[in-house]
Amino acid sequence: MNFVAPDFMPVLPELLVLTMACLVLVIDVFLEQRQRHITYGLAQLTLVGAALLTLVTYAQAPVTTMFGHYIKDAMGDLLKLFIYLATAVVFLYSRDYLKQRDLFKGEYYVLGLFGVLGMMIMVSAHSLLSVYLGLELLSLSLYALVVTDRDSPVASEAAMKYFVLGSLASGMLLYGISMIYGATGSVDLQVVADAVAVQGKDNLVLVFGLVFLVVGLSFKLGAVPFHMWLPDVYQGAPTSVTLYIGSAPKLAAFALVMRILVEGLGALQDDWHQMLIILSALSIALGNLAALMQSNIKRMLAYSTISHVGFLLLGILSGTPEGYAAAMFYTIVYVLMAVGAFGVIIMLSRAGFEAENIDDFKGLNDRSPWLAFLMMMIMMSMAGVPFLVGFYAKWVVLQAIINVGLVWLALLGVLFSVIGAFYYLRVIKCMYFDKPEQSGEPITLSMDTEIAISANGLLVVVLGLYPTALMDVVRSGLLN
Amino acid sequence: MQNVYLGIVLAPLFGAIIAGLFGRKIGRAGAHWVTIMGVAIAFLLSLVVLRHHVMQGAEPYNGTVYTWMVIEGIRLEVGFLVDSLTAVMITTVTFVSLMVHIYTIGYMHDDDGYQRFFCYIALFTFAMLMLVMSNNFLQLFFGWEGVGLVSYLLIGFWFKRESAIFASLKAFLVNRVGDFGFLLGIAAVLMAFNSIDYADVFAAAPLMADMTIQIIPGVDWSLMTVICILLFIGAMGKSAQVPLHVWLPDSMEGPTPISALIHAATMVTAGIFMVARMSPLFELSPTALSFVLVIGSITALFMGFLGIIQNDIKRVIAYSTLSQLGYMTVALGVSAYSVAIFHLMTHAFFKALLFLGAGSVIIAMHHEQDIRKMGGLWKYMPITWFTFLLGTLALVGTPGFAGFYSKDSILEAVHFSHVPGAGFAYLAVMLGVFVTSFYSFRLYFIVFHGKERMDHHTQEHLHETPAVVTVPLMLLAIPSVVIGALTIEPMLFGDMFARSIFVLPEYNVLEHLKEHFHGAISFALHGLTGLPFILVLAGLGSSYYLYMVRPDLPGQIQQRLSVLYDIMNRKYLFDEFYQSFFMRGSRSLGTALWKYADAGVIDGLLVNGTARLVGWVASVTRCLQTGYLYTYAFAMIIGLLILLTWFVTR
Repeated sequence: MNFVAPDFMPVLPELLVLTMACLVLVIDVFLEQRQRHITYGLAQLTLVGAALLTLVTYAQAPVTTMFGHYIKDAMGDLLKLFIYLATAVVFLYSRDYLKQRDLFKGEYYVLGLFGVLGMMIMVSAHSLLSVYLGLELLSLSLYALVVTDRDSPVASEAAMKYFVLGSLASGMLLYGISMIYGATGSVDLQVVADAVAVQGKDNLVLVFGLVFLVVGLSFKLGAVPFHMWLPDVYQGAPTSVTLYIGSAPKLAAFALVMRILVEGLGALQDDWHQMLIILSALSIALGNLAALMQSNIKRMLAYSTISHVGFLLLGILSGTPEGYAAAMFYTIVYVLMAVGAFGVIIMLSRAGFEAENIDDFKGLNDRSPWLAFLMMMIMMSMAGVPFLVGFYAKWVVLQAIINVGLVWLALLGVLFSVIGAFYYLRVIKCMYFDKPEQSGEPITLSMDTEIAISANGLLVVVLGLYPTALMDVVRSGLLN
Repeated sequence: MQNVYLGIVLAPLFGAIIAGLFGRKIGRAGAHWVTIMGVAIAFLLSLVVLRHHVMQGAEPYNGTVYTWMVIEGIRLEVGFLVDSLTAVMITTVTFVSLMVHIYTIGYMHDDDGYQRFFCYIALFTFAMLMLVMSNNFLQLFFGWEGVGLVSYLLIGFWFKRESAIFASLKAFLVNRVGDFGFLLGIAAVLMAFNSIDYADVFAAAPLMADMTIQIIPGVDWSLMTVICILLFIGAMGKSAQVPLHVWLPDSMEGPTPISALIHAATMVTAGIFMVARMSPLFELSPTALSFVLVIGSITALFMGFLGIIQNDIKRVIAYSTLSQLGYMTVALGVSAYSVAIFHLMTHAFFKALLFLGAGSVIIAMHHEQDIRKMGGLWKYMPITWFTFLLGTLALVGTPGFAGFYSKDSILEAVHFSHVPGAGFAYLAVMLGVFVTSFYSFRLYFIVFHGKERMDHHTQEHLHETPAVVTVPLMLLAIPSVVIGALTIEPMLFGDMFARSIFVLPEYNVLEHLKEHFHGAISFALHGLTGLPFILVLAGLGSSYYLYMVRPDLPGQIQQRLSVLYDIMNRKYLFDEFYQSFFMRGSRSLGTALWKYADAGVIDGLLVNGTARLVGWVASVTRCLQTGYLYTYAFAMIIGLLILLTWFVTR
C-alpha cells in the first residue's frame, strides 16, 4: 500500500493556526507578565493570518483532501471567516477584563486558538471521524477555559458539570457514529449519504444511530432537554470565557449540524425533521420562559441562547435551501448580538466587581449613554423589534417554516418571542429608568474596544436596514 | 427642470426645519428670514415653471424622483407631474403664502410662539406643494394628510384656549371622516387599476367605464361612480362641503394669517384641485358629477345664508369661503373644471386679501373681533379700508374685478349644463349672488362706516397698521382686481389646460361659453346689464338700507322671524346632531369597550392572566434546574429515551 501525500493546500489555514498555537505556547513561557501583550498580539495576528489565507484560497468549488476526511467549500470558508472575526473581537473585549483579574495569561490565548482550530476542523469535516476530532478539540479547550480562574469555586463547579455532561454527550455521539458505521461500513460522509439513500429508514440501526447523533449535537447546541449545562456554565465561567463560548462555537455547531444531518443523513430527513421539531419547540418555549425569572444577566442570556438555538433549528428543520440560508443567517446574527451583549457586560465589570446582575445595569444611561444606547439596540434586536437585524433573522426563519406548512410552529415561535421581549425590555428599562444602586463612576474604555463595540452595536442597526447585504453573502456561501 | 421642481418643494421644507428645530438659536428674525427666503425661492421658481409650461407651452413633465419601495409590482414613489394646472396652483400657493409670511411678522409680533408659527406655515407650504405636484395617489395622500396635520396644529396654535383645542380636534375628526372616504377611494383605485400612478390610472380609465362591482351582494354599482364618490368624500372633508363643513367656521380660532392662507386661499381648495386633477375619472361617471353638483350648490347657497347673521368679522368671511367653495364645486359638477380652477385662483387672492384686511382691523382694534363694536373705521385706516373695499367688490362679482369673471363663468357654465340637478344648481348659485352681495356689504358697512361703536380707549389708539401688514394687502389687491381680466381668455378658452383636464364632448359647456365670448372687456360690459349684476346691486342696496339707513330694522326682523333666526344661528343644527349622535354615541361605545373589553377581558383575563400563567410555568422550570449534576444527566437520558421510543414504537 503506497502512501500518497495528501494535498495540503486546502488545509493551510488550519496548519497556520496549529503552528501558531504551538508557537504561542512556547513563546509565552519565556515572557514576563508585563510582556504578555505580545501573546495577545500573536494570537490576534494568527487570526488575521488565517483570515487572509482563507480569503486567498476561498473555495470556488468543493475540494476534498486528507483522504476524504476534510472538505473545503464556500460554506466552510465563510463560516471560518466569521469564526476568526468573532474570536478576534472576543480577544479584544476580554483583554482589559483579564488584566484587571490577573487572568491575563498565555493559557487563555493558547486554549482559545486550539478551540478555533477545533471549530475549523468541525466546519470542514467530511467524515464522522474528523467531526469527532474537531468537536473534542474544541470541547477540551472549553472545559479548561471555564476553569482558568481556578480559585473560583463557581468556575470549578461549572467546569466539572460541563466536563461530565460533555463526556456523556460525546459518548452518545460516538455510539451513534459507531452505529452509522455499522450500518453503512464507512465514516466518510459521502459514502454514508449514498448508503443511507439506498437503505432508507427501514434500517432500525440507522435510525438508532441518528437519534444518538442528534442527542450529541443537541448537547453541543444547547437544545432542550440537553441544555442544562448551559446556564450553569455561562454563569460560572469568567465573563471573558462566557463571551468565547457564547459566540464562535455556535457557528461551528451550525456547520456540524449541516454536515451530519443535511450532507450525511439527508435521506433520513423525515426522521430528524420530527426530532428537530420537538427539540426546537421545547427550546423556544423553555428558553424564553426560564429567562423571565432570572436576575443574573449571564444566566438570562444563557436561557435566551437556548431560545435562539430553537429558532436556528427551525431554519434547519424546514429542509429547504431557503431554510438553511435562514438558519445560517440567524446563527451569524445571533453571534453578532451575543458578542455585543456579553461585550457590554464585560465592559461594565471592573477590578473586584462583576457586572452580573440585571440590577447592575440600573442607571447605565447616566454613566455611559453611548453604551446604554448600544445595549438597547442589541437587546431590541434580540427581542426581534422591527428594523433591527434580529427581526429580519427571525422573519426569514419563520418564512422558511411557513413555506413548508408548519404554521403552528411559526405561531409558537412568534408567541414565545413576545413573551421573551419582556426580559430584554427589562434590561432597557433598568438602564434608562432606574436609579443606580451605588453611584458608579463613568465607564472608561480603551480606544480600540470602544470602536469595536460601537461598530458591533451599529452593525445591528445597519444590517437591520440592509439585511440583504448579509443575506446575499450567506446565499453565495450555501450555493456551491 | 427637475431640479427646479425639487427646489420648489425643498426650499420651504428647509426653512421649516431650520425654524422648527433651531428656532431658539436663530431667534425671531432668523426664523422669519429663513422661512420667507424659502418661500420666496419657491415662488420665484414657480414663476419659472409657469413661464416654461404656460407661456412656452412645454410638454407636461411626469417623472419619478425617488422610489420608496416596490410591493408586488406596485411602485410607491415620490414623483412630480407638472403641467399648466400644477403651474397655476403652485404659483398661487407660493404667492399667497409669501404674502402671508410677510404679513405674519406684523400680526404675530408679540406672540411667544413666533418661531413655531413660521415653522408651521413653511411646513404647510411644503405639504401643499407636494400635494399639487404629485404624480401618484400615495404622494397625494401624503400631502393631503400633511396639510391636514399642519392645519390641526395651527387651529390649536393657541393651545391654552379651550375653544382652540376644541376647534382643532373638531377639524381633525371631521377631516378623518372625509379621509376615510378618500382612502377607500384610493384603495378602490388600487384594486381596480393595480397601480397608483396617475398616468397608468388615467390611461386605463376609459376601459373601466362600464365595469361594475358589488359592495352589497346582489346590487351592481358602477365602479367609476364608487371610486369618484369616495374620492369626492375626501374632497368634501378638506374643502368643507355640506355636511362635512362644520369644522371650517370653528377653524377661525387659529391666528388670522392662517385663516387667510390655509382656511381660505389654499388648503381648502385642495379638494377642488384634486377633483380637477381626477377629471379623466369623474368624466366617466355622470352620477358622481350630479352628486358633486348638488352638494356644491347646497353649500353655495345655504352657507351664504349663515354669513348674514354672524357678528364675528372672521366668521362672516369664513362662511363666505364655504359658499365660494360651493361655487367651485358646482363648476366641477358641470364639468367646467378649468372654471373651477379659475375661480379657485381669483378667490385665493381676494379671500386672502379680505382675511388679511380683517386681521389688520383686528390688530387695530386690539384683538376685538365683534363687528358690533366697530364702525367708521375708514378714516382711521385708509389703506386697509380701500383694499378691503376692493376685495369686497371682487368677491361680490362687480364687473371688471377678478371675482366677476370667474363667478359669471360659473353661472354661465351651469346655465348651459344638462347634468341632472343643473336646474336646481342654477337657481342656487343665482340666488347665492344676491346673498353674497348682501353679507359682504353688510360686513363692509358695519365695520368701516356708520356709527363708531368701539369704546373710548380703543378709539384713541386707532391707527393704520404697520407696513409689513399693509404692503401684503396692497400686493394682494392688485391681482384681486386685474387677474380675472388678464387670464380668463387663456385659462378658459385657450388650450392651457388641454393636457391636464379631460372633458367629454357631451359635457363640454365651455364650448357654448366660447361662442359668446368676445374678449374680457366686452364680457365685463355685457355683465353690467346681466341678471347677476342686478342681484349684486340689490344686495348692495338692501344692506345699505338695513344697516346704514335703518339700523333698527335688522333687530325687528330678527324678532319676527325668531324661529328661522334660531335655526340659522345654530347653523342648521349640524353641530348639535353630530355632538349628540356621533360624539356621545362613540364616547359611550368607547366607555363600554374600555370597561368591559379592555379592563375586563384584555387586562384582567388576557394580559394579567397570561402573565400569571407564564410566571407560574417559569417558576416551575426554574425548580427543574436544581444545580445537581445527576439531575442534568438524568434529564439528558430521559430525553434520549423519549426520542428513541418515539422512533421505535412508530
